[in-house]
Amino acid sequence: MTDIFALAAQNLLSPIVLSFVLGLGSALARSDLSIPEAAAKALSIYLLFAIGFKGGVSVADHGVDLSLGLSLLAGIVLSALLPLVAFQLLRVLSKMDRLNAAAVAGHYGSISIVTFVAATSVLEGQGLPSEGYMVAVAAAMEAPAILSALWLVSRGNGGAGRMDSKLWREVMLNGSIVLLVGAFMIGWITGPKGLAEIESFIVSPFKGVLCLFLLDMGLLAGRGMQSGRKALGFGSVAFGILMPLAGSMFGLGAGVLLGLSTGGTMLMMVLSASASYIAVPAAMRVALPEANPSIYLTLSLGVTFPFNLVLGIPLYLVIAQAVTG
Amino acid sequence: METHKAKRVEITIELVMQSRLTEALQAADVTGYTIIPVLGGSGRSGDWSRSGQVSRGQGMVQVICIIRPECLDKLLEAAFSVVERHIGVVSITDCDVLRAERF
Repeated sequence: MTDIFALAAQNLLSPIVLSFVLGLGSALARSDLSIPEAAAKALSIYLLFAIGFKGGVSVADHGVDLSLGLSLLAGIVLSALLPLVAFQLLRVLSKMDRLNAAAVAGHYGSISIVTFVAATSVLEGQGLPSEGYMVAVAAAMEAPAILSALWLVSRGNGGAGRMDSKLWREVMLNGSIVLLVGAFMIGWITGPKGLAEIESFIVSPFKGVLCLFLLDMGLLAGRGMQSGRKALGFGSVAFGILMPLAGSMFGLGAGVLLGLSTGGTMLMMVLSASASYIAVPAAMRVALPEANPSIYLTLSLGVTFPFNLVLGIPLYLVIAQAVTG
Repeated sequence: METHKAKRVEITIELVMQSRLTEALQAADVTGYTIIPVLGGSGRSGDWSRSGQVSRGQGMVQVICIIRPECLDKLLEAAFSVVERHIGVVSITDCDVLRAERF
């Protein structure tokens, strides 16, 4: 227990979390602080490229084995399964209708790449290695949850959701996934030699860029909380905190079954605990336009993301360390 | 200077639906349109601003078409098939253009 508090305190006082808190506080205090849209986009491109590249280099360095394929499969299964858990939990905790509950559930099967990036940063700070291919697992977990959400809706009213080929292509080829997987492949192909060539660009500035990006995420989360707070009841907010805890346990089980390292298990927990606020909301606007975006965006961005960033990540790390030894 | 009667159709719609709308318009032989970003606004679904968005699913755009009056019904049918279930506004106004052969 002491470990959890020590790690939580260390995490809370890190520049990354404090930058997020600054953004969150500024937004809640209605400051006009903002990160220009183009700058925020550039920061996210940098982070996705860096994390993808470093993951690819790690795979090139350590080689490929069966665990990569099995981890990808586990990620896909988790992404498809977690919305079903989220849907049931949400229906128990709140009186949300089936359509909105299914839309929310889809977000909790998919992942938050920013939470993943923050978790890798914490692992690096602790000197804990992780499987480089977890980046690929993150990319694989983006889409299956959307299908599960649409299936949940179709069970209720015979097919309100539409997942046409165009939407399918947009989800699978959205910019974040293409950049993440593309950078992963470049890192894999060029290996440690390639990393040495661009190390001063993608390693040293990484945490500073992450701080600025999380400042922006704090601003977005705070504004999301303000605009969406009326859409959420107590049960929904409780879901936004309990679901990541439940999801992380599924990730823990998968990590242990796959024999992942402590760092890899922690990342699998983080992926299972996080909720999407980029790919899935866009897909839901097309496939389920009747669902209320204030509900699912406020939950994933305004409740679950801050919870994971501030308390979840250290908690998952301590649990992963305790279980995997 | 001589001017000609035309219809100006403004369709404010979610960014994520933009390509679907323009594809439908082109299929209806509406090949001329202008797309502009929307900075922010407020409506039945609440208020929002472009600078506060993290997801492209939340952004809005405005598609502006200026067409001959006899083409209006075909355009509206095409647009309605896309925007029917979605957040947005469709408005039609009369306007005058200088070069009728371009519309």
